[in-house]
Amino acid sequence: MQLTKACVSIRHVSKNFKKHHVLEDINLEIFEGEIFGLLGPSGAGKTTLVKQLSGLDMPTKGENFVFGEKMPTLQLMNRIGYMAQSDALYEDLSAKENLQFFSALYGLKGEKKASRMAEVMELVQLSNDMTKLVSNYSGGMKRRLSLAIALLHEPELVILDEPTVGIDPVLRKSIWHAFYDLKKQGKTLIVTTHVMDEADKCDRLGLMRDGRLIAVGTPAELKAQTNSNTIEEAFLVYGGAKS
Amino acid sequence: MRVMALVKRILQQIVRDKRTMGLLIVAPILVLTMLYLVFSGEAYTPKVGLVNVPAAVAEHINVDGAQVTELGSEQEAQEQLNTRQLDGYITFEGQLPVIHLEGSDPSVSGATMRWFQSAMTTDQAPKVKVDYLHGSSDMGQFDYFGPVLLGFFVFFFVFLIAGVSFLRERTTGTLERLLTSPLRKWEIVIGYVLGFGMFTMIQATVIAAYTIYVLGMVMEGAFGYVLLITLLLSLTALTLGILLSSFANNELQMMQFIPIVIVPQIFFSGLFNLETIPSWLSWLGQVTPLYYAAEALRDVMVRGYGWGEIYIDVLAMAGFSLLFIAINIIVLRKYRKV
Repeated sequence: MQLTKACVSIRHVSKNFKKHHVLEDINLEIFEGEIFGLLGPSGAGKTTLVKQLSGLDMPTKGENFVFGEKMPTLQLMNRIGYMAQSDALYEDLSAKENLQFFSALYGLKGEKKASRMAEVMELVQLSNDMTKLVSNYSGGMKRRLSLAIALLHEPELVILDEPTVGIDPVLRKSIWHAFYDLKKQGKTLIVTTHVMDEADKCDRLGLMRDGRLIAVGTPAELKAQTNSNTIEEAFLVYGGAKS
Repeated sequence: MRVMALVKRILQQIVRDKRTMGLLIVAPILVLTMLYLVFSGEAYTPKVGLVNVPAAVAEHINVDGAQVTELGSEQEAQEQLNTRQLDGYITFEGQLPVIHLEGSDPSVSGATMRWFQSAMTTDQAPKVKVDYLHGSSDMGQFDYFGPVLLGFFVFFFVFLIAGVSFLRERTTGTLERLLTSPLRKWEIVIGYVLGFGMFTMIQATVIAAYTIYVLGMVMEGAFGYVLLITLLLSLTALTLGILLSSFANNELQMMQFIPIVIVPQIFFSGLFNLETIPSWLSWLGQVTPLYYAAEALRDVMVRGYGWGEIYIDVLAMAGFSLLFIAINIIVLRKYRKV
Protein backbone atom coordinates (compact mmCIF):
# COMPACT_ATOMS: atom_id res chain seq x y z
CA MET A 1 0.00 0.00 0.00
CA GLN A 2 2.67 2.44 1.08
CA LEU A 3 4.43 1.97 -2.23
CA THR A 4 1.58 3.29 -4.36
CA LYS A 5 1.37 6.82 -5.67
CA ALA A 6 0.16 9.67 -3.51
CA CYS A 7 -3.26 10.88 -4.57
CA VAL A 8 -3.38 13.76 -2.12
CA SER A 9 -0.46 15.57 -0.51
CA ILE A 10 -1.07 18.14 2.15
CA ARG A 11 2.06 20.18 2.84
CA HIS A 12 2.44 22.46 5.85
CA VAL A 13 -1.16 23.54 5.65
CA SER A 14 -2.40 26.05 8.20
CA LYS A 15 -5.67 27.93 8.25
CA ASN A 16 -6.57 30.90 10.39
CA PHE A 17 -9.90 32.62 10.76
CA LYS A 18 -8.79 35.95 12.20
CA LYS A 19 -6.83 34.94 15.34
CA HIS A 20 -8.34 31.50 15.55
CA HIS A 21 -6.19 28.65 14.30
CA VAL A 22 -8.38 26.08 12.61
CA LEU A 23 -5.59 24.07 11.06
CA GLU A 24 -1.99 24.06 12.20
CA ASP A 25 0.82 22.78 10.03
CA ILE A 26 -0.86 19.69 8.62
CA ASN A 27 1.35 17.32 6.62
CA LEU A 28 -0.27 14.27 5.12
CA GLU A 29 -0.07 11.96 2.13
CA ILE A 30 -3.10 9.98 1.07
CA PHE A 31 -2.42 7.17 -1.39
CA GLU A 32 -4.32 6.05 -4.42
CA GLY A 33 -6.81 3.28 -3.77
CA GLU A 34 -7.04 3.55 -0.01
CA ILE A 35 -9.86 4.47 2.33
CA PHE A 36 -8.46 7.16 4.56
CA GLY A 37 -10.38 8.13 7.66
CA LEU A 38 -10.11 11.50 9.33
CA LEU A 39 -11.14 10.98 12.92
CA GLY A 40 -11.69 13.63 15.51
CA PRO A 41 -14.27 15.46 17.58
CA SER A 42 -16.33 18.21 15.98
CA GLY A 43 -14.34 21.41 15.77
CA ALA A 44 -11.10 19.52 15.17
CA GLY A 45 -10.80 20.96 11.67
CA LYS A 46 -11.79 17.91 9.62
CA THR A 47 -14.35 19.75 7.52
CA THR A 48 -12.03 22.69 6.89
CA LEU A 49 -9.37 20.29 5.66
CA VAL A 50 -11.61 18.30 3.31
CA LYS A 51 -13.15 21.51 1.98
CA GLN A 52 -9.69 22.60 0.92
CA LEU A 53 -9.18 19.29 -0.84
CA SER A 54 -12.43 19.69 -2.73
CA GLY A 55 -11.52 23.20 -3.85
CA LEU A 56 -13.92 25.17 -1.69
CA ASP A 57 -11.39 26.71 0.62
CA MET A 58 -7.77 27.82 0.58
CA PRO A 59 -5.08 27.35 3.19
CA THR A 60 -3.65 30.47 4.84
CA LYS A 61 -0.23 28.87 4.63
CA GLY A 62 1.01 25.75 2.86
CA GLU A 63 -0.23 23.89 -0.20
CA ASN A 64 -2.58 21.08 -1.11
CA PHE A 65 -1.88 18.85 -4.10
CA VAL A 66 -4.48 16.53 -5.60
CA PHE A 67 -3.42 14.24 -8.47
CA GLY A 68 -0.16 16.19 -8.50
CA GLU A 69 -1.87 19.51 -9.16
CA LYS A 70 -2.14 22.37 -6.75
CA MET A 71 -5.66 22.97 -5.46
CA PRO A 72 -7.92 24.71 -6.08
CA THR A 73 -8.18 24.18 -9.80
CA LEU A 74 -11.26 23.86 -11.95
CA GLN A 75 -9.74 21.08 -14.08
CA LEU A 76 -9.82 18.64 -11.18
CA MET A 77 -13.44 19.23 -10.19
CA ASN A 78 -14.60 16.49 -12.55
CA ARG A 79 -12.34 13.92 -10.89
CA ILE A 80 -13.40 14.70 -7.32
CA GLY A 81 -16.70 13.80 -5.73
CA TYR A 82 -17.60 15.75 -2.62
CA MET A 83 -20.36 15.11 -0.17
CA ALA A 84 -20.78 17.90 2.33
CA GLN A 85 -21.94 17.64 5.89
CA SER A 86 -25.23 19.30 4.97
CA ASP A 87 -27.28 17.39 2.45
CA ALA A 88 -27.29 20.12 -0.20
CA LEU A 89 -30.32 18.85 -2.08
CA TYR A 90 -33.16 20.70 -3.77
CA GLU A 91 -36.06 19.73 -1.56
CA ASP A 92 -38.79 20.93 -3.87
CA LEU A 93 -37.57 18.63 -6.63
CA SER A 94 -37.77 14.86 -6.85
CA ALA A 95 -34.72 12.64 -6.38
CA LYS A 96 -34.70 12.01 -10.10
CA GLU A 97 -34.74 15.72 -10.91
CA ASN A 98 -31.88 16.30 -8.48
CA LEU A 99 -29.87 13.55 -10.14
CA GLN A 100 -30.66 14.89 -13.61
CA PHE A 101 -29.54 18.36 -12.62
CA PHE A 102 -26.21 17.22 -11.22
CA SER A 103 -25.68 14.84 -14.17
CA ALA A 104 -26.01 17.81 -16.50
CA LEU A 105 -23.47 19.80 -14.45
CA TYR A 106 -20.94 17.01 -14.90
CA GLY A 107 -21.78 16.63 -18.58
CA LEU A 108 -23.42 13.20 -18.36
CA LYS A 109 -25.84 12.55 -21.21
CA GLY A 110 -28.19 10.02 -22.70
CA GLU A 111 -27.71 6.35 -21.88
CA LYS A 112 -24.65 6.96 -19.77
CA LYS A 113 -26.64 9.34 -17.62
CA ALA A 114 -29.57 6.94 -17.23
CA SER A 115 -27.34 4.01 -16.33
CA ARG A 116 -25.27 6.02 -13.82
CA MET A 117 -28.42 7.35 -12.16
CA ALA A 118 -29.79 3.82 -11.81
CA GLU A 119 -26.44 2.50 -10.52
CA VAL A 120 -25.91 5.05 -7.77
CA MET A 121 -29.50 4.82 -6.59
CA GLU A 122 -29.17 1.04 -6.46
CA LEU A 123 -26.01 1.44 -4.43
CA VAL A 124 -27.71 3.53 -1.74
CA GLN A 125 -30.89 1.44 -1.99
CA LEU A 126 -33.17 4.24 -3.07
CA SER A 127 -34.20 2.85 -6.46
CA ASN A 128 -37.83 2.66 -5.41
CA ASP A 129 -37.96 6.27 -4.25
CA MET A 130 -36.68 7.82 -7.44
CA THR A 131 -39.74 9.95 -8.21
CA LYS A 132 -40.44 11.05 -4.64
CA LEU A 133 -39.95 14.69 -3.72
CA VAL A 134 -36.86 15.11 -1.58
CA SER A 135 -38.92 17.04 0.99
CA ASN A 136 -40.73 13.75 1.67
CA TYR A 137 -37.46 11.91 2.31
CA SER A 138 -36.32 11.02 5.80
CA GLY A 139 -33.00 12.34 7.13
CA GLY A 140 -31.21 9.09 6.38
CA MET A 141 -32.64 8.92 2.87
CA LYS A 142 -31.43 12.45 2.15
CA ARG A 143 -27.98 11.50 3.38
CA ARG A 144 -27.94 8.53 0.99
CA LEU A 145 -29.17 10.61 -1.92
CA SER A 146 -26.34 13.09 -1.28
CA LEU A 147 -23.94 10.20 -1.38
CA ALA A 148 -25.45 8.94 -4.63
CA ILE A 149 -25.01 12.38 -6.18
CA ALA A 150 -21.39 12.59 -5.04
CA LEU A 151 -20.68 9.30 -6.84
CA LEU A 152 -22.69 10.11 -9.96
CA HIS A 153 -19.83 11.21 -12.20
CA GLU A 154 -17.53 8.33 -11.22
CA PRO A 155 -14.94 10.46 -9.45
CA GLU A 156 -11.50 8.99 -8.82
CA LEU A 157 -11.25 10.72 -5.47
CA VAL A 158 -14.33 10.67 -3.25
CA ILE A 159 -14.40 13.02 -0.28
CA LEU A 160 -17.17 12.28 2.18
CA ASP A 161 -17.82 14.54 5.15
CA GLU A 162 -19.63 12.48 7.81
CA PRO A 163 -21.36 10.22 5.29
CA THR A 164 -23.12 7.90 7.69
CA VAL A 165 -24.67 10.31 10.18
CA GLY A 166 -28.27 9.37 10.85
CA ILE A 167 -28.10 6.12 8.93
CA ASP A 168 -29.13 2.91 10.67
CA PRO A 169 -26.48 0.23 11.36
CA VAL A 170 -27.75 -2.21 8.72
CA LEU A 171 -27.64 0.40 6.03
CA ARG A 172 -24.35 1.73 7.32
CA LYS A 173 -22.89 -1.67 6.78
CA SER A 174 -24.13 -1.80 3.22
CA ILE A 175 -22.77 1.67 2.56
CA TRP A 176 -19.38 0.55 3.79
CA HIS A 177 -19.66 -2.38 1.39
CA ALA A 178 -20.16 0.18 -1.33
CA PHE A 179 -17.00 1.98 -0.17
CA TYR A 180 -15.01 -1.25 -0.42
CA ASP A 181 -16.41 -1.80 -3.92
CA LEU A 182 -15.24 1.66 -4.93
CA LYS A 183 -11.82 0.91 -3.46
CA LYS A 184 -11.67 -2.27 -5.52
CA GLN A 185 -12.29 -0.18 -8.62
CA GLY A 186 -9.17 1.77 -7.70
CA LYS A 187 -10.88 4.86 -6.27
CA THR A 188 -9.52 6.77 -3.32
CA LEU A 189 -11.85 7.64 -0.47
CA ILE A 190 -11.45 10.21 2.25
CA VAL A 191 -14.05 9.83 4.97
CA THR A 192 -14.42 12.06 8.00
CA THR A 193 -16.10 10.71 11.06
CA HIS A 194 -16.35 11.21 14.77
CA VAL A 195 -17.68 7.69 15.31
CA MET A 196 -14.78 5.64 16.66
CA ASP A 197 -16.09 2.22 15.60
CA GLU A 198 -16.27 3.38 12.01
CA ALA A 199 -12.60 4.23 12.17
CA ASP A 200 -11.64 0.56 12.35
CA LYS A 201 -13.06 0.05 8.87
CA CYS A 202 -10.59 2.47 7.25
CA ASP A 203 -7.27 1.42 5.73
CA ARG A 204 -5.47 4.25 7.44
CA LEU A 205 -6.50 6.90 9.91
CA GLY A 206 -5.54 10.46 10.67
CA LEU A 207 -6.42 11.52 14.18
CA MET A 208 -7.23 15.21 14.48
CA ARG A 209 -7.62 17.41 17.51
CA ASP A 210 -7.71 21.21 17.81
CA GLY A 211 -6.54 21.70 14.24
CA ARG A 212 -3.57 19.39 14.60
CA LEU A 213 -2.97 16.01 13.07
CA ILE A 214 -1.89 14.08 16.17
CA ALA A 215 -1.30 10.65 14.66
CA VAL A 216 -1.41 8.83 11.32
CA GLY A 217 -1.37 5.10 10.68
CA THR A 218 -3.40 1.96 10.16
CA PRO A 219 -5.86 1.21 12.93
CA ALA A 220 -3.69 -1.73 14.00
CA GLU A 221 -0.54 0.41 14.12
CA LEU A 222 -2.20 3.09 16.16
CA LYS A 223 -3.51 0.57 18.65
CA ALA A 224 -0.18 -1.22 18.89
CA GLN A 225 1.81 1.96 19.41
CA THR A 226 -0.36 2.98 22.32
CA ASN A 227 -0.97 -0.46 23.78
CA SER A 228 -4.68 0.04 23.53
CA ASN A 229 -7.51 -2.22 22.48
CA THR A 230 -9.66 0.36 20.74
CA ILE A 231 -9.14 3.41 18.58
CA GLU A 232 -10.87 5.44 21.25
CA GLU A 233 -8.20 4.54 23.80
CA ALA A 234 -5.48 5.24 21.26
CA PHE A 235 -7.03 8.62 20.60
CA LEU A 236 -6.98 9.41 24.31
CA VAL A 237 -3.29 8.54 24.56
CA TYR A 238 -2.32 10.68 21.57
CA GLY A 239 -4.57 13.50 22.71
CA GLY A 240 -3.30 13.33 26.27
CA ALA A 241 0.33 13.27 25.23
CA LYS A 242 -0.09 16.54 23.36
CA SER A 243 -1.85 18.55 26.03
CA MET B 1 -25.13 23.44 -21.51
CA ARG B 2 -24.42 23.57 -17.81
CA VAL B 3 -26.11 26.96 -17.74
CA MET B 4 -29.23 25.47 -19.32
CA ALA B 5 -29.31 22.77 -16.64
CA LEU B 6 -29.39 25.53 -14.04
CA VAL B 7 -32.09 27.41 -15.96
CA LYS B 8 -34.20 24.27 -16.22
CA ARG B 9 -33.85 23.58 -12.51
CA ILE B 10 -34.85 27.13 -11.52
CA LEU B 11 -37.95 26.99 -13.73
CA GLN B 12 -38.86 23.59 -12.28
CA GLN B 13 -38.57 25.03 -8.79
CA ILE B 14 -40.71 28.06 -9.57
CA VAL B 15 -43.42 25.97 -11.21
CA ARG B 16 -43.36 23.53 -8.29
CA ASP B 17 -43.80 26.35 -5.79
CA LYS B 18 -47.34 27.51 -6.52
CA ARG B 19 -47.38 30.14 -3.82
CA THR B 20 -44.30 31.88 -5.08
CA MET B 21 -45.62 31.81 -8.60
CA GLY B 22 -48.84 33.28 -7.28
CA LEU B 23 -46.96 36.01 -5.44
CA LEU B 24 -45.05 36.95 -8.58
CA ILE B 25 -48.10 37.21 -10.83
CA VAL B 26 -51.28 37.48 -8.78
CA ALA B 27 -50.00 39.85 -6.08
CA PRO B 28 -48.99 42.70 -8.45
CA ILE B 29 -52.30 42.30 -10.31
CA LEU B 30 -54.25 42.42 -7.08
CA VAL B 31 -52.43 45.48 -5.77
CA LEU B 32 -52.68 47.34 -9.08
CA THR B 33 -56.40 46.57 -9.25
CA MET B 34 -56.92 47.96 -5.78
CA LEU B 35 -54.95 51.09 -6.64
CA TYR B 36 -57.02 51.48 -9.77
CA LEU B 37 -60.23 51.29 -7.75
CA VAL B 38 -58.90 53.71 -5.13
CA PHE B 39 -57.64 56.29 -7.60
CA SER B 40 -60.53 56.03 -10.02
CA GLY B 41 -63.20 56.67 -7.42
CA GLU B 42 -65.63 59.58 -7.88
CA ALA B 43 -64.27 63.06 -7.32
CA TYR B 44 -64.89 64.23 -3.77
CA THR B 45 -68.11 66.20 -3.23
CA PRO B 46 -67.45 68.88 -0.63
CA LYS B 47 -70.11 69.68 1.95
CA VAL B 48 -70.40 73.43 2.23
CA GLY B 49 -72.53 75.83 4.15
CA LEU B 50 -73.71 79.31 3.19
CA VAL B 51 -74.24 81.78 6.01
CA ASN B 52 -76.00 85.13 5.50
CA VAL B 53 -75.38 85.23 1.80
CA PRO B 54 -76.63 88.42 0.25
CA ALA B 55 -79.44 87.70 -2.16
CA ALA B 56 -77.53 89.33 -5.03
CA VAL B 57 -74.67 86.88 -4.62
CA ALA B 58 -76.84 83.86 -3.89
CA GLU B 59 -78.48 84.18 -7.27
CA HIS B 60 -75.17 83.76 -9.02
CA ILE B 61 -73.85 80.85 -7.05
CA ASN B 62 -73.65 77.67 -9.07
CA VAL B 63 -74.50 74.90 -6.60
CA ASP B 64 -73.39 72.02 -8.83
CA GLY B 65 -70.65 69.73 -7.54
CA ALA B 66 -71.21 70.29 -3.84
CA GLN B 67 -73.67 69.51 -1.14
CA VAL B 68 -74.84 72.98 -0.20
CA THR B 69 -76.71 73.87 2.98
CA GLU B 70 -77.99 77.29 3.88
CA LEU B 71 -77.53 78.11 7.51
CA GLY B 72 -79.14 80.71 9.70
CA SER B 73 -76.22 81.71 11.89
CA GLU B 74 -72.48 81.45 12.00
CA GLN B 75 -72.69 79.68 15.33
CA GLU B 76 -74.67 76.87 13.76
CA ALA B 77 -72.14 76.59 10.96
CA GLN B 78 -69.30 76.53 13.47
CA GLU B 79 -70.93 73.61 15.27
CA GLN B 80 -71.43 71.63 12.08
CA LEU B 81 -67.82 72.27 11.15
CA ASN B 82 -66.80 70.87 14.53
CA THR B 83 -68.78 67.68 14.07
CA ARG B 84 -67.53 67.48 10.50
CA GLN B 85 -70.95 67.69 8.96
CA LEU B 86 -69.49 70.53 6.91
CA ASP B 87 -66.11 70.77 5.22
CA GLY B 88 -66.35 74.56 5.05
CA TYR B 89 -68.70 77.49 5.04
CA ILE B 90 -68.75 80.95 3.69
CA THR B 91 -69.90 84.11 5.43
CA PHE B 92 -70.14 87.63 4.21
CA GLU B 93 -68.76 90.57 6.10
CA GLY B 94 -70.31 93.30 4.12
CA GLN B 95 -69.53 92.51 0.48
CA LEU B 96 -66.41 90.47 1.25
CA PRO B 97 -66.76 86.71 1.43
CA VAL B 98 -64.85 84.88 4.18
CA ILE B 99 -64.25 81.15 3.86
CA HIS B 100 -63.91 78.93 6.94
CA LEU B 101 -62.49 75.44 6.46
CA GLU B 102 -62.38 72.35 8.65
CA GLY B 103 -58.85 71.96 7.32
CA SER B 104 -57.56 68.63 8.75
CA ASP B 105 -57.43 66.85 5.40
CA PRO B 106 -55.55 68.81 2.71
CA SER B 107 -57.30 67.00 -0.14
CA VAL B 108 -60.74 67.83 1.27
CA SER B 109 -59.70 71.44 1.89
CA GLY B 110 -58.42 71.63 -1.67
CA ALA B 111 -61.63 70.27 -3.15
CA THR B 112 -63.68 72.68 -1.03
CA MET B 113 -61.56 75.66 -2.06
CA ARG B 114 -61.79 74.72 -5.72
CA TRP B 115 -65.55 74.55 -5.46
CA PHE B 116 -65.79 77.95 -3.76
CA GLN B 117 -63.58 79.49 -6.42
CA SER B 118 -65.57 78.09 -9.32
CA ALA B 119 -68.88 78.83 -7.66
CA MET B 120 -67.97 82.45 -6.96
CA THR B 121 -66.64 83.31 -10.40
CA THR B 122 -69.28 84.96 -12.44
CA ASP B 123 -70.32 83.54 -15.76
CA GLN B 124 -69.12 86.61 -17.63
CA ALA B 125 -65.47 85.42 -17.79
CA PRO B 126 -64.55 84.05 -21.26
CA LYS B 127 -64.28 80.26 -21.50
CA VAL B 128 -60.67 79.11 -21.97
CA LYS B 129 -59.87 76.43 -24.52
CA VAL B 130 -57.33 73.91 -23.19
CA ASP B 131 -54.94 72.07 -25.47
CA TYR B 132 -52.96 69.03 -24.16
CA LEU B 133 -49.53 68.14 -25.53
CA HIS B 134 -49.73 64.77 -23.75
CA GLY B 135 -52.58 63.11 -21.98
CA SER B 136 -56.09 64.56 -21.89
CA SER B 137 -58.64 65.93 -19.48
CA ASP B 138 -59.74 62.31 -18.95
CA MET B 139 -56.35 61.30 -17.61
CA GLY B 140 -56.61 60.54 -13.94
CA GLN B 141 -54.08 60.11 -11.19
CA PHE B 142 -53.96 56.36 -11.79
CA ASP B 143 -52.76 56.96 -15.33
CA TYR B 144 -49.89 59.11 -14.12
CA PHE B 145 -48.89 56.98 -11.12
CA GLY B 146 -49.71 53.71 -12.83
CA PRO B 147 -46.54 53.30 -14.91
CA VAL B 148 -44.38 53.99 -11.83
CA LEU B 149 -46.33 51.55 -9.70
CA LEU B 150 -46.24 48.93 -12.43
CA GLY B 151 -42.46 49.20 -12.42
CA PHE B 152 -42.28 49.25 -8.66
CA PHE B 153 -44.26 46.07 -8.10
CA VAL B 154 -42.33 44.16 -10.71
CA PHE B 155 -39.10 45.33 -9.07
CA PHE B 156 -40.24 44.59 -5.54
CA PHE B 157 -41.49 41.05 -6.08
CA VAL B 158 -38.65 39.94 -8.32
CA PHE B 159 -36.08 41.36 -5.89
CA LEU B 160 -37.58 39.50 -2.99
CA ILE B 161 -38.05 36.13 -4.67
CA ALA B 162 -34.74 36.04 -6.48
CA GLY B 163 -32.96 37.18 -3.32
CA VAL B 164 -34.60 34.59 -1.12
CA SER B 165 -34.08 31.76 -3.58
CA PHE B 166 -30.37 32.52 -3.90
CA LEU B 167 -30.14 32.87 -0.15
CA ARG B 168 -31.61 29.38 0.19
CA GLU B 169 -29.07 28.09 -2.25
CA ARG B 170 -26.45 29.38 0.15
CA THR B 171 -28.00 28.33 3.46
CA THR B 172 -28.94 24.81 2.36
CA GLY B 173 -25.40 24.20 1.14
CA THR B 174 -26.39 23.66 -2.47
CA LEU B 175 -24.34 26.69 -3.56
CA GLU B 176 -21.27 25.08 -2.05
CA ARG B 177 -22.25 21.85 -3.78
CA LEU B 178 -22.52 23.68 -7.11
CA LEU B 179 -19.07 25.12 -6.54
CA THR B 180 -17.53 21.67 -6.09
CA SER B 181 -18.79 20.84 -9.57
CA PRO B 182 -17.04 22.11 -12.70
CA LEU B 183 -19.64 24.88 -12.94
CA ARG B 184 -17.99 28.28 -13.32
CA LYS B 185 -19.00 31.21 -11.15
CA TRP B 186 -20.30 33.27 -14.07
CA GLU B 187 -22.35 30.28 -15.18
CA ILE B 188 -24.15 30.30 -11.84
CA VAL B 189 -25.00 33.99 -12.06
CA ILE B 190 -26.00 33.80 -15.73
CA GLY B 191 -28.08 30.68 -15.05
CA TYR B 192 -30.00 32.61 -12.44
CA VAL B 193 -30.41 35.61 -14.71
CA LEU B 194 -31.74 33.47 -17.56
CA GLY B 195 -33.95 31.26 -15.40
CA PHE B 196 -35.62 34.10 -13.58
CA GLY B 197 -35.42 36.26 -16.70
CA MET B 198 -37.59 33.81 -18.61
CA PHE B 199 -40.10 33.74 -15.84
CA THR B 200 -40.15 37.51 -15.37
CA MET B 201 -40.75 37.89 -19.08
CA ILE B 202 -44.01 36.02 -18.63
CA GLN B 203 -44.72 37.94 -15.45
CA ALA B 204 -44.07 41.32 -17.06
CA THR B 205 -46.26 40.49 -20.07
CA VAL B 206 -49.17 39.36 -17.93
CA ILE B 207 -49.01 42.31 -15.55
CA ALA B 208 -48.50 44.95 -18.23
CA ALA B 209 -51.23 43.50 -20.44
CA TYR B 210 -53.60 43.40 -17.50
CA THR B 211 -53.04 47.01 -16.41
CA ILE B 212 -53.24 48.33 -19.95
CA TYR B 213 -55.99 46.27 -21.52
CA VAL B 214 -58.12 45.36 -18.51
CA LEU B 215 -57.67 48.32 -16.19
CA GLY B 216 -57.41 50.65 -19.16
CA MET B 217 -54.29 52.50 -18.05
CA VAL B 218 -53.34 55.16 -20.59
CA MET B 219 -51.14 53.67 -23.30
CA GLU B 220 -49.88 55.94 -26.04
CA GLY B 221 -46.71 54.11 -27.10
CA ALA B 222 -45.80 50.60 -28.19
CA PHE B 223 -46.47 47.62 -25.92
CA GLY B 224 -43.12 46.13 -26.92
CA TYR B 225 -41.24 49.00 -25.27
CA VAL B 226 -43.19 48.50 -22.04
CA LEU B 227 -42.12 44.86 -22.06
CA LEU B 228 -38.52 45.76 -22.78
CA ILE B 229 -38.44 48.24 -19.91
CA THR B 230 -40.12 45.95 -17.38
CA LEU B 231 -37.86 43.09 -18.40
CA LEU B 232 -34.71 45.17 -17.91
CA LEU B 233 -36.04 46.47 -14.62
CA SER B 234 -36.67 42.96 -13.37
CA LEU B 235 -33.13 42.02 -14.37
CA THR B 236 -31.76 44.78 -12.15
CA ALA B 237 -34.08 43.65 -9.38
CA LEU B 238 -32.93 40.07 -9.86
CA THR B 239 -29.22 40.81 -9.88
CA LEU B 240 -29.52 43.24 -6.97
CA GLY B 241 -31.56 40.70 -5.01
CA ILE B 242 -28.96 38.00 -5.55
CA LEU B 243 -26.19 40.41 -4.60
CA LEU B 244 -27.81 41.57 -1.37
CA SER B 245 -28.72 38.02 -0.40
CA SER B 246 -24.98 37.45 0.05
CA PHE B 247 -25.12 39.85 2.96
CA ALA B 248 -28.12 38.23 4.62
CA ASN B 249 -27.97 35.15 6.79
CA ASN B 250 -31.63 34.25 6.66
CA GLU B 251 -34.94 35.23 5.13
CA LEU B 252 -35.70 37.78 7.84
CA GLN B 253 -32.47 39.62 7.14
CA MET B 254 -33.42 39.63 3.47
CA MET B 255 -36.69 41.35 4.41
CA GLN B 256 -34.69 43.97 6.26
CA PHE B 257 -33.39 45.24 2.95
CA ILE B 258 -36.89 46.29 1.93
CA PRO B 259 -37.04 49.54 3.96
CA ILE B 260 -33.42 50.34 3.12
CA VAL B 261 -33.22 49.46 -0.55
CA ILE B 262 -36.74 49.24 -1.92
CA VAL B 263 -38.86 51.85 -0.16
CA PRO B 264 -36.54 54.85 -0.75
CA GLN B 265 -36.63 54.09 -4.46
CA ILE B 266 -40.35 54.93 -4.49
CA PHE B 267 -39.60 58.47 -3.35
CA PHE B 268 -37.19 59.09 -6.17
CA SER B 269 -39.08 57.21 -8.84
CA GLY B 270 -41.29 60.11 -9.81
CA LEU B 271 -44.29 59.21 -7.73
CA PHE B 272 -43.62 62.57 -6.11
CA ASN B 273 -42.39 65.48 -8.11
CA LEU B 274 -38.61 65.36 -7.95
CA GLU B 275 -38.30 69.13 -8.38
CA THR B 276 -39.84 69.69 -4.99
CA ILE B 277 -37.25 67.47 -3.29
CA PRO B 278 -34.22 69.43 -1.99
CA SER B 279 -31.48 69.38 -4.61
CA TRP B 280 -28.86 67.97 -2.24
CA LEU B 281 -31.08 64.92 -1.95
CA SER B 282 -32.62 64.56 -5.38
CA TRP B 283 -29.41 63.26 -7.03
CA LEU B 284 -30.15 60.00 -5.19
CA GLY B 285 -32.84 59.32 -7.77
CA GLN B 286 -30.19 58.93 -10.42
CA VAL B 287 -28.54 56.03 -8.62
CA THR B 288 -31.76 54.04 -8.26
CA PRO B 289 -32.83 51.70 -11.09
CA LEU B 290 -36.51 52.42 -10.52
CA TYR B 291 -35.98 56.09 -11.42
CA TYR B 292 -34.97 55.18 -14.97
CA ALA B 293 -37.67 52.56 -15.36
CA ALA B 294 -40.40 54.93 -14.17
CA GLU B 295 -39.16 57.68 -16.46
CA ALA B 296 -39.06 55.36 -19.47
CA LEU B 297 -42.43 53.77 -18.71
CA ARG B 298 -44.05 57.20 -18.45
CA ASP B 299 -42.40 58.31 -21.67
CA VAL B 300 -43.86 55.34 -23.49
CA MET B 301 -47.22 54.97 -21.80
CA VAL B 302 -48.21 58.59 -21.16
CA ARG B 303 -46.20 60.52 -23.72
CA GLY B 304 -46.17 57.92 -26.48
CA TYR B 305 -42.42 58.23 -27.06
CA GLY B 306 -40.26 55.61 -28.73
CA TRP B 307 -36.69 54.36 -28.72
CA GLY B 308 -35.15 57.76 -29.38
CA GLU B 309 -36.35 59.09 -26.03
CA ILE B 310 -36.05 56.01 -23.84
CA TYR B 311 -32.74 54.50 -24.89
CA ILE B 312 -30.74 56.31 -22.21
CA ASP B 313 -33.02 54.91 -19.49
CA VAL B 314 -32.83 51.46 -21.05
CA LEU B 315 -29.03 51.61 -21.18
CA ALA B 316 -28.91 52.82 -17.58
CA MET B 317 -30.87 49.78 -16.45
CA ALA B 318 -28.75 47.44 -18.54
CA GLY B 319 -25.71 49.09 -16.96
CA PHE B 320 -27.04 48.47 -13.46
CA SER B 321 -27.67 44.80 -14.30
CA LEU B 322 -24.19 44.31 -15.71
CA LEU B 323 -22.64 46.03 -12.71
CA PHE B 324 -24.56 43.84 -10.27
CA ILE B 325 -23.70 40.69 -12.26
CA ALA B 326 -20.01 41.59 -12.13
CA ILE B 327 -20.11 42.22 -8.38
CA ASN B 328 -22.00 38.96 -7.89
CA ILE B 329 -19.26 37.01 -9.63
CA ILE B 330 -16.66 38.72 -7.47
CA VAL B 331 -18.64 38.00 -4.30
CA LEU B 332 -18.80 34.30 -5.22
CA ARG B 333 -15.02 34.22 -4.94
CA LYS B 334 -15.63 34.06 -1.22
CA TYR B 335 -16.70 30.45 -1.78
CA ARG B 336 -14.26 29.35 -4.40
CA LYS B 337 -11.19 31.16 -5.58
CA VAL B 338 -11.09 29.72 -9.08
